[in-house]
Amino acid sequence: MRLNRVLRMSAAVVAAGLALSACGGGGSDAGSGSSGAKNLVAKAKNDKKLTIGIKFDQPGLGQKQADGTYAGFDVDVAKYIAKELGVEESGITWKEAQSAQREDLIKKGEVDFIVATYSITDKRKNEVSFAGPYFIAHQDLLVQAENTDITGPESLTGNKKLCSVKGSTPAQNVKEKYAKEVQLQEVGKYTDCVTSLLNKTVDAMTTDDVILAGYAAQQPGKLKLVGKGFTDEKYGVGLKKDDTESVTAINNAIKKMQQDGAWKAALEKNVGPSGYKIPEPPAIS
Amino acid sequence: MSTLFDFLDNPNYDLLGAFWMTIKLTFFSAIGSLIWGTILVGMRVSPVPIMRAFGTAYVNIFRNTPLTVIIVFTSLGLSSTLGINLASKDSTTSLEDNFFRLAILGFIAYTATFVCESLRSGINTVPVGQAEAARALGLGFFQVLTLIVLPQAFRSVIAPLTNVMIALLKNTTVASIIGVAEASLLMSEMVENESDSLLLVFLLFAAGFVILVLPLGLLLGWVAKKVEVKR
Repeated sequence: MRLNRVLRMSAAVVAAGLALSACGGGGSDAGSGSSGAKNLVAKAKNDKKLTIGIKFDQPGLGQKQADGTYAGFDVDVAKYIAKELGVEESGITWKEAQSAQREDLIKKGEVDFIVATYSITDKRKNEVSFAGPYFIAHQDLLVQAENTDITGPESLTGNKKLCSVKGSTPAQNVKEKYAKEVQLQEVGKYTDCVTSLLNKTVDAMTTDDVILAGYAAQQPGKLKLVGKGFTDEKYGVGLKKDDTESVTAINNAIKKMQQDGAWKAALEKNVGPSGYKIPEPPAIS
Repeated sequence: MSTLFDFLDNPNYDLLGAFWMTIKLTFFSAIGSLIWGTILVGMRVSPVPIMRAFGTAYVNIFRNTPLTVIIVFTSLGLSSTLGINLASKDSTTSLEDNFFRLAILGFIAYTATFVCESLRSGINTVPVGQAEAARALGLGFFQVLTLIVLPQAFRSVIAPLTNVMIALLKNTTVASIIGVAEASLLMSEMVENESDSLLLVFLLFAAGFVILVLPLGLLLGWVAKKVEVKR
């Protein structure tokens, strides 16, 4: 009798697990927002409110300031898009979108769209739709200002020590391509890498150049960007899958931002101080 | 079903290697924390006031500090800022070895306090008459502790120590924040790449830990029954 009960219990647990994973696999159409509006454009028009996911901890891109406001290039892009959709700054609710949670936040409708150094990849396209790219970053190296022997990825020889965030794409790239020549220190967040770099316990830190530029700007005269990008990371605006109307609307907003000079101005304001060369705006794909 | 787990085909995913690292971390930390914990309990019950004070202070400080803080401190504090490294700077795996050893050091410092407190409760189960009889035979404190009291105490606390060891096994995931390539670090890589099968990734790693923890619990449970002192 007792065994029977145990078996039934475990069967129930397994079934629950399967049901959960089925939920994860299939695209469930959870309605977002209070208005019950079908898509983002309609919702912005009707409610005059948007919830936008950004990074809170990346200087120059998306950072929460001491006074509770938000600043950075991603934030400026998000504000511009919101304005084009008819939502003023006062109608925006900012929400932190940590890397691992981005798809989930969109699918559950907790955010309307995400502008958070969100690289467009095929795997992610299975889960969410992307507008853009609004920016193309390249994986690069940040070194101490007086360092002369690291000039690019090809100079990473002779047992150099690199730092990056654990599990991140840049860290994996280093492991795949340069593992024989360099040692990789993986840490919890980029600020830990900055600490190690300033302490000279590592020779360089690596991630997308525009993120590194933000940290270089924070430590004027101490750190410098090598400026030899070796990958392409297309930053896109993530939103609910198959909301094609909104993708088009956001693409138009990005194009307008690129053409009227606001795009360049936002970059110059946020990452210009680090000496980062402002690139040409990418073509919308 | 097979297509579900296609994402595991990526040659960079060394699942067994990652869990092997988890096992190694657990093994060395367990040995170390048992030794250090036993020394600590000796201090806490010793007749020397300064030792007692040290033992009590140590246990209270380390037991009440979050493990994450301790592990990050070994990396940023000890290694990066104070320059205390546990591997030679010139070897080609110095970072890897250094952080592996620092993580173990952190786990030992933290887990030993729990081992110590479990043992101290075990000492309370040993009848006072045992120690008195040993004293009457002319044994000194150290002999009473190591020959009479601790062996009996150990036998009665296998069950609580099992819980400490299981907690330690799961705690080793914290080592990923200083870049030790164990299971949870591989999991963060998969979360980064496999955004379309997140739930499967989590279930996979949860299952991995269950596979490690269950036999450990069963084995030590059996040992506890075997060695229990029947009074």
